[in-house]
Amino acid sequence: MKKGFIGATILVSSLLMSGLSFAAETAKIGGWLPMTGAVAAYGQDAWAGIQIAMEMKASVLGEKVEVVVADTKSDKIEAANAMSRLIEKERVIAAIGEMISGDTLAGGPIAEKAKIPVVSPTATNPLVTQGKKYIFRVCFIDPVQGDVAAKYAFQTLKAKKAALIVDRSQDYCVGLAKFFKDAFGKLGGKIVAETFCVTEDKDFSAQLATMKSSHPDVIYAPNYYSPVALFTKQARELGINAPVLSGDGAQANELIQIGGKEVEGVAFTGHFNAKAATTKLAKDFIARFEKKSRDKEPNAFHALAADAYFVLLDAITRAKSTKGEAIRTALANTRDFEAISGKLSIGEDGNAVKPMVINVVKGGRFEYLTTINP
Amino acid sequence: MTFQLFLQQLINAVSLGSLYGLVAIGYTMVYGILRLINFAHGDVLMVGCYFAFYATLIFSLPWYLSFFIAVFLTAVLGIAIDRGAYLPVRKAPRISALITAIGVSFLLENLALVIFGGRPKAFYRPPLFSRVVAWGDLHFLTLSLWIPFITLVLILLLLLIIYRTRAGMAMRAISRDMETVRLMGADVNRIISMTFALGSALAAAGGILWALKFPQIDPYMGIIPGLKAFVAAVLGGIGNVIGAALGGFLLGLLEIMLVAFMPSLGGYKDAFAFLILIGILLFRPAGMMGEKLPD
Repeated sequence: MKKGFIGATILVSSLLMSGLSFAAETAKIGGWLPMTGAVAAYGQDAWAGIQIAMEMKASVLGEKVEVVVADTKSDKIEAANAMSRLIEKERVIAAIGEMISGDTLAGGPIAEKAKIPVVSPTATNPLVTQGKKYIFRVCFIDPVQGDVAAKYAFQTLKAKKAALIVDRSQDYCVGLAKFFKDAFGKLGGKIVAETFCVTEDKDFSAQLATMKSSHPDVIYAPNYYSPVALFTKQARELGINAPVLSGDGAQANELIQIGGKEVEGVAFTGHFNAKAATTKLAKDFIARFEKKSRDKEPNAFHALAADAYFVLLDAITRAKSTKGEAIRTALANTRDFEAISGKLSIGEDGNAVKPMVINVVKGGRFEYLTTINP
Repeated sequence: MTFQLFLQQLINAVSLGSLYGLVAIGYTMVYGILRLINFAHGDVLMVGCYFAFYATLIFSLPWYLSFFIAVFLTAVLGIAIDRGAYLPVRKAPRISALITAIGVSFLLENLALVIFGGRPKAFYRPPLFSRVVAWGDLHFLTLSLWIPFITLVLILLLLLIIYRTRAGMAMRAISRDMETVRLMGADVNRIISMTFALGSALAAAGGILWALKFPQIDPYMGIIPGLKAFVAAVLGGIGNVIGAALGGFLLGLLEIMLVAFMPSLGGYKDAFAFLILIGILLFRPAGMMGEKLPD
């Protein structure tokens, strides 16, 4: 009799405990990030930025915010798996990520189907939000970036002939290269060499030797930090001195660590530079970052991931709900939000309208050159 | 394509080919003795690079010392892998050893990921290798000359060991008939461990040269060189040391020339290497210099 009574008590209390876990006291948001692999720097920097943002704003609608990270390993298939995991196992109400267009495109449809809003910090290919209702971004898109890069090359660098190196296996690179090509051609420039590579390629000597014989005035290398560093290094070693122009993917500290003195002078269109920050949120964020981190200065990936966090929380607040559809509508009505990377607005198309900066590598740091307003 | 351009591509091809050759030799040695394709070879290469990186960084040793220490430590790692993973399955069917090799590969990659972190690290390139030689319109690093030279020296050293020492003779004997060598009273396991030590040391040397040429190391850096070296070893005739070196050179040459003559196909150069593998296995599985082994 006594044993039975104890057994029943244990059973009932354990049922009660499990019942308690059903009451969600936290708002769970997914960190859909590449923590390892080819673009590990973006994911890790993003996570560092999000953690600082969480210190600045820890709760929304009375609930504590919890960010659960799912590593996409910089791989499209893993990105899709990670998104499934976040939705089905972790039951997130929204997700921040991914950092690169290819991965965001791979996992986007899964979130779209489950009506989970996703805010990407830095995926810039137009296809990422095209035709989708639940995918948003806090950055500009590549047609604009290619256009600005072409203008910079033609008007500022006075380049008439450009050579391209395109990573065939990344949506970001293929897209941005095409937009640059079109814009540069429209301005009157000529593409004298178009060479190709794939992700994780280390040796660009063959492509560079071909490029060298076409005597370009500028080389456009829209790629992620590792390839740009190795490519530029090899270009200088081969005696190619033409300026190298890149895209927002270049702004990871590894570019300078790996590229060394050979990447001095590499200019790129980008999202953010701490020196050009104007908003109050930015100053607050930068101050906290400098106190906490060895990196000394936040780059675009720290800042934009934090922006994605703040914009998402702002939308949840305005929606007064944690339901996907309501958050989605609020996100599409983001107007003049004073983000770290500038004032931004997001419309029905999911894209952010905001200024772009041009940075250049000088003295082993990312120096600010100028801002281009929308 | 001008002669200058062709010469430039040739220099690049030779240095890349030497790297493939050096790593391929380690593959081929282990296969020759154990009939095992050591899929962990590329990852042993990676660990060698990290040893060299930390020896330079944390212990501030001069580069020549830290490179030697890294090679030595990697040889020890090779012995450890043999004793820990391959020895227990020596008597088991060959497929078990193959799967074990894949397991070791994943283990090394993920251990490196956890211990060293996923972000790539910049590998130090000593000034001796960094000077750019400009010869007319040709430009190359002094490194591009050092790599084939060091590869040649290491190959000659290895051939000396295999053909002029007793241990080498034992290695060759084991590759013919392991049981008989055991019956002769030789310590087969010791010789096999030595083979792994040699192969791993060569992998580390190849890895360090690779990291000098492409100065960025990360936990997955060994996969592509490992696979390419495997193709090179098969191309040259798996089991044959000189064949592996030649296969490496040929593979490097073909890769560079593909991109040089058909720039629009530059994105497919890895696919091309594996097409070569399929072709060789279909039409001449023994490779360029391999003998048809009764198996």
